[in-house]
Amino acid sequence: MITSAIIPQPLAKLPWRLIFLIGGIATIGIMTLYSAAGGAIQPWALKQAITFMVFLAIAVAMSWTKESTIKSVAFPLYAAVIVMLVFVEALGFVGKGAQRWLDLGFIRLQPSEFMKPGIVLVLARFYELLPAGDIRSWRAIWPAAALIGLPAGLIILQPDLGTALMITFIGVTVMFIAGVPLRVFLIPGGALAVAIPLVYQLLHGYQRKRIDIFLDPESDPLGAGYHITQSKIAIGSGGIFGKGYLNGSQSHLDYLPEGHTDFVFATMVEEWGLLGGALLIFAFAFVIRWGMRVANNARSRFAQLTAAGLSATIFFYVAINLMMVMGLAPVVGVPLPLVSFGGSAVMTVMLCLGILMALERQQRTTSRLL
Amino acid sequence: MKMERRFNSVHQTITFSRRMAITAGAQAAIGAVLLGRLSWLSVAQNQKYQLMSESNRVQLIPVPPRRGWILDRNGKPIAINRSSFRVDIIPQQLTDASGVVAQLTSIMKLPPDEVERITRELKESRGFQPVSVAENIPYEQYAAITVRLPDLAGVSASRGFTRYYPAASAVGQLIGYVGTANAKEYEKEDKNPLLLIPGVKIGKEGLEKTLEMRLRGEPGGQRVEVTARGKLVKELDPKPDRSGHSVQLTIDSDLHTFAARRIGDHSGSVVVLDVHTGDILAMPSMPSFDPNAFSDGISSNEWKMLSQDDHLPLVDKVLEGLYPSGSTIKPLMALALLKAGVDPSRKVVCNRAYPLGNHVFHCDARHGPVNLEDAVIRSCDIYFYDTCRRVGVEAFAPLIKEMGFGQKFDMPFDFQRYGTVPDPDWMRRKYHRDWQTYDTINMSIGQGNVLINPLQLAVAAARVASGRHVVPRLLRERGTPNFAPIDAPAEHLEFVRRAMGGVVQRGTAAAAKLPLDTVQMAGKTGTAQVRRITMAERNSGGVRSNESLAWRMRDHSLFMAFAPVENPRYAAATIIEHGGFGAQVAAPLIRDTMLYLFDKQKALANLAAFEESIGGSLEARVARKAAAWRSANGLPPLPVSST
Repeated sequence: MITSAIIPQPLAKLPWRLIFLIGGIATIGIMTLYSAAGGAIQPWALKQAITFMVFLAIAVAMSWTKESTIKSVAFPLYAAVIVMLVFVEALGFVGKGAQRWLDLGFIRLQPSEFMKPGIVLVLARFYELLPAGDIRSWRAIWPAAALIGLPAGLIILQPDLGTALMITFIGVTVMFIAGVPLRVFLIPGGALAVAIPLVYQLLHGYQRKRIDIFLDPESDPLGAGYHITQSKIAIGSGGIFGKGYLNGSQSHLDYLPEGHTDFVFATMVEEWGLLGGALLIFAFAFVIRWGMRVANNARSRFAQLTAAGLSATIFFYVAINLMMVMGLAPVVGVPLPLVSFGGSAVMTVMLCLGILMALERQQRTTSRLL
Repeated sequence: MKMERRFNSVHQTITFSRRMAITAGAQAAIGAVLLGRLSWLSVAQNQKYQLMSESNRVQLIPVPPRRGWILDRNGKPIAINRSSFRVDIIPQQLTDASGVVAQLTSIMKLPPDEVERITRELKESRGFQPVSVAENIPYEQYAAITVRLPDLAGVSASRGFTRYYPAASAVGQLIGYVGTANAKEYEKEDKNPLLLIPGVKIGKEGLEKTLEMRLRGEPGGQRVEVTARGKLVKELDPKPDRSGHSVQLTIDSDLHTFAARRIGDHSGSVVVLDVHTGDILAMPSMPSFDPNAFSDGISSNEWKMLSQDDHLPLVDKVLEGLYPSGSTIKPLMALALLKAGVDPSRKVVCNRAYPLGNHVFHCDARHGPVNLEDAVIRSCDIYFYDTCRRVGVEAFAPLIKEMGFGQKFDMPFDFQRYGTVPDPDWMRRKYHRDWQTYDTINMSIGQGNVLINPLQLAVAAARVASGRHVVPRLLRERGTPNFAPIDAPAEHLEFVRRAMGGVVQRGTAAAAKLPLDTVQMAGKTGTAQVRRITMAERNSGGVRSNESLAWRMRDHSLFMAFAPVENPRYAAATIIEHGGFGAQVAAPLIRDTMLYLFDKQKALANLAAFEESIGGSLEARVARKAAAWRSANGLPPLPVSST
């Protein structure tokens, strides 16, 4: 918040530090996309800039939303997204293709994107409604598990393993923060470790192959392991200071596939080196820390859980994507928010940030009244 | 359950804070892992990935190095590179593969199997590796393609190099030949990518093979930046190629060629040495093959003709041929006998026959009483039978070996045979029997188990001439090596040299007398028996003449020599397979070869007369021979080439 006589109150009340942070991250992203296109604003950089500005405006506008309004949309939003998921599934089935998205002209939306903040809101609402004493009972677990399982299942059917995993991770994180007993996480965690070989059998051929190759990328250097290998080459060859802006050979000569979407971090680090990569990681860390502070400062249980869950959403985006491009996780198709080209991730993250800003504004106003 | 019932909003707030702390901690930990991983990749493994990224980015369009020349002692080229024209296709620049191949086929009149090969290689190629269409194409075709290049995207017409040997078949055995590396050679060199470059030839035989690493050089190339799909982005600084080193030989190319031609249609070899340095001035082996034919890729018919020839054109007779020394051992034997204390004035009466036990050894003339000098000059076997028998093998075998017979010389060839000088030890090792007197007798005239190659014979002549342990050398080096003296008194050597002078002046090798007033040659003939002459043959009208025998049964004809007698400068030797009497074929051959060193004009006149008598120049005879072979094998005659 800036206190100044010249700047009008509504502007001054914006969380400028956060806006500068995400503006900085988006700028790095746009510059990287400019480089990935061989030094041209087409086809990615300009579109990404417009998308970012539009959603930044939406997020800022959202910051005036009241907590009660957000609370009231939680269940309807969840229900609407579930309907959309079923609808898309059915359409995809009829059309014999994987039509996962809705075309809004300037952006193609996957309903599953809305489910990321959606699952946070609905679980926060659920745990708010749950009496404090019930948190250690079954009543705290099975409805939440169902709320997570239904969309996750629908999304896996699409099939979109990355998004389904993220929704599960986010949901489980909200459950964890809500205070569900530890054994609820440890026992299924152990069971999952046992079940992994079984799940592996059930996976689609290409998904299974991704995991095989993740475990040993060099086994298929020119085939499916190519992504991970080339991404590691791009990151590793950058060194501490990078090859210099617009000088990344891996991305410019097309050795790095998806250098503008999922592997944009590799494109960036090749040119900016360890310094650039660390800077970006720290920027994200500050954004997430900002969200976690909103959660810590929140007065209501709904606000606490929502803020923590939305911060976790951003965290999972960043963590899964970076682990993926650095060869620590299988390639599951999670973009790096605000940096990867594509409206969906920008939209989701800006929705999360919009809600977080709204909650933060609420805290400030409330605290002043108190 | 009771505990849970008491769980209230205060507990909830505490739990929330604690869980938030855990979550934040876990996030921070994952963040730290990510930073750690990023540092590991970009700092610790930076070099590895930088290399990988460079090898992704930069590709080399290789330019083969020029092969080093092989020069003679005077700098005259023996093996050089001639520019030739070649056509390649660079697949990554190709837009319409089938169209281009069809056009090239019509311009160059490519045979169908070549078209098939090109199409196949184009399919298999990785973007930047050129596919060879044809090499050694005539200039007209090269020009025709050059003018159409704008329409032929992806085609590259360039100058390449083919190995060229001006002396052609005269140097075949010595130089060997070059050819495209085969799979085995490629594997042996750890898959050296150089060997895959179209047009790169490596040494396959002879000096081309043994000097390969000096001659080869390092390939350079156009470094280009390419995309993942092999599309050329830009040209980087080219990597310069480094030509192979030239190698200078001790060979005198003109002398070598002269000697090769002078061998004529015989099967045999000549070695000429510089007595002071051991330099090999000439070492032709004939008949030979034209290494130029191999440079262009030899046809199976040419190969068949060469490998079926009973004169063995593919064998280097200088180093791989082994023959009994025959009487050429006699000067060496004389030296050994003197050293053993034999009085040179002692006489042995030659009655043409020398009985030993129930066997009779023969001489080819009734020489009467002969002393040591006469025995060498007139090549009397009986003298050596008798004297060698008296002194015993132990007294002469070591010196025979010291003079070069049976010795190993370090020569840059990967296949050599060294022969044998037998002695009692060897006999036990090899045949598990004791040395017998008849072994001494056989050995005394260079028969029996004595086997030498022509180089050893020339070395023996050089050692007699110089009195030093001359070691032959083929690669030119500066300076005169300091050879150790032969372990024999100077007057003994003088005696042998005088005797060898006598051989030419008034002895068996009168045919070898140089037609010069100032220079006299010394020498010794040899006739090495190939077949066993039976008593029956001797009794029924005498030994059959060589002319009446099949070629394979005739005696080998040998001659060793040095000149001038007084102050020896050159030593020479020849062994002509199945040439008959040494005096008949070998001695005049060495006379002309030696004459060339002292009077080129006269030598060339003699050669012209000689070639006239056997049906024309070497080239003409080789061509005629090939044509005869082709017609005998039902093949159409070769087209007359303009080159």
